[in-house]
Amino acid sequence: MKSLAELQAIKEKMQNKVVLREGTGDIRVVVGMATCGIAAGARPVLNTFVEEVQNQNLSKKVTVSQTGCIGICQYEPVVEIFEAGKEKVTYVKMTAEKAKKVVEQHLKNGRVISEYTIAAHKA
Amino acid sequence: MKELSLNILDIAENSVKAKATVVKILIDETENEKENTLKITISDNGCGMTEEVLKNVTDPFYTTRTTRKVGLGLPFLKLAAEQTGGNLKIVSKSKEEEKTNHGTAVTACFNKNHIDFTPLGDIVSTVVTLIQGHPETDFIFIHTKNKKESAVLKTEELRKILGKDIPLNSFEVITWIKDFLTESYKEAVDK
Ligand SMILES: Nc1ncnc2c1ncn2[C@@H]1O[C@H](COP(=O)(O)OP(=O)(O)OP(=O)(O)O)[C@@H](O)[C@H]1O
Ligand SMILES: [Mg+2]
Repeated sequence: MKSLAELQAIKEKMQNKVVLREGTGDIRVVVGMATCGIAAGARPVLNTFVEEVQNQNLSKKVTVSQTGCIGICQYEPVVEIFEAGKEKVTYVKMTAEKAKKVVEQHLKNGRVISEYTIAAHKA
Repeated sequence: MKELSLNILDIAENSVKAKATVVKILIDETENEKENTLKITISDNGCGMTEEVLKNVTDPFYTTRTTRKVGLGLPFLKLAAEQTGGNLKIVSKSKEEEKTNHGTAVTACFNKNHIDFTPLGDIVSTVVTLIQGHPETDFIFIHTKNKKESAVLKTEELRKILGKDIPLNSFEVITWIKDFLTESYKEAVDK
C-alpha cells in the first residue's frame, strides 16, 4: 500500500535535484478545460501531455497547464502551444493519440503537425 | 457528459475560478434493499454567488463568462441528476453578504438503479487533473460507500510532508497520488 512515508522519500529525492529540475519553460502547452473542453474529451488529452512530456524527457523545456474556455467550442478539445519567438500553434479536436504524436513530433522534434491545427480544419 | 467524474471536474473548476482556497469533493453511495443512491457534494470557500446569479444559474442561457453566451456546467449536472429521478441543490453565500463565511455548495443526488444513470467513471483521473492544474488550491476528497470510506485524499496533509519547495503537481507527486487513490479503491473492494 502506498504510504505517506513514500511521499517523504519522494521529497528527499527531489530536493536533491531541485536545481536540475527547474525547467526553463521554453514551450508552454495549454489545454482548454472549460465545460465544452471537458465534455469533448480534454481530460485524457491533458493527462497524456503530462505523461508523455515526462516520458520523452522534455519536462525541462515544456510546461503543461490548463485554461478555461478558449472560445472556439466547436473545435474542442483545443490545445495551444506557445514558444518564445514563434507564432502560437492551435491544435483542435484533440485526442490522447494525437497528443502523443504532438509531443513526439512537435515538442521533441520541432515539427508542427499541420493536419491537426485549426487552419487545416477551417480550410 | 459521458461520466459523472467529468461533471465533478467541471463543477470543481467553477470553485477554482471563484478563487476558492479549499475545495471539498464528497461522494456518498448508499446501497441497501430500499435504496441505491449516489450523492455528490462539491463545496468551496470561493467568492460565492449573489441571489441574482443563484436564481439563474441552472438556466443554460445564463453565464457570467464572456467567451461564450451560455454556461453549461451546472445545467449539465442538473440534467444528469434529474434524469435519474434525483435532484440538484445549490447553496451559496456571496462575499458581499458574508464577509468571512462565503462560498458555494453544490449537491447532486442520483438514483443508481435508473436506466439513465451515468456511471461515475474515472474519478481518480478527475482528482489528479484538478491537482495538476491547481497545485496551490487545497482539495479534500472523500468517497464513502455505506458510510465506510473507500478513498480519502487531503492535499493539505501532502503539502505538510512535501514542504514549500515541492509543488503538488510535480510529476512524481502526481504519480504517487494516482497510485495511492487507485490502491485505496482496490483495497476497499477487496475488503
Ligand atoms: N462555485 C462557484 N462559486 C461562485 N460562482 C459560481 C460557482 N459555480 C458557478 N458559479 C457562477 O455560475 C455561473 C454558471 O456556471 P456554469 O458552470 O453553469 O457555467 P460557466 O462556468 O459560466 O461556463 P461553462 O459552460 O464553461 O461551465 C458561472 O459563470 C459563475 O458566475
Ligand atoms: Mg463552469
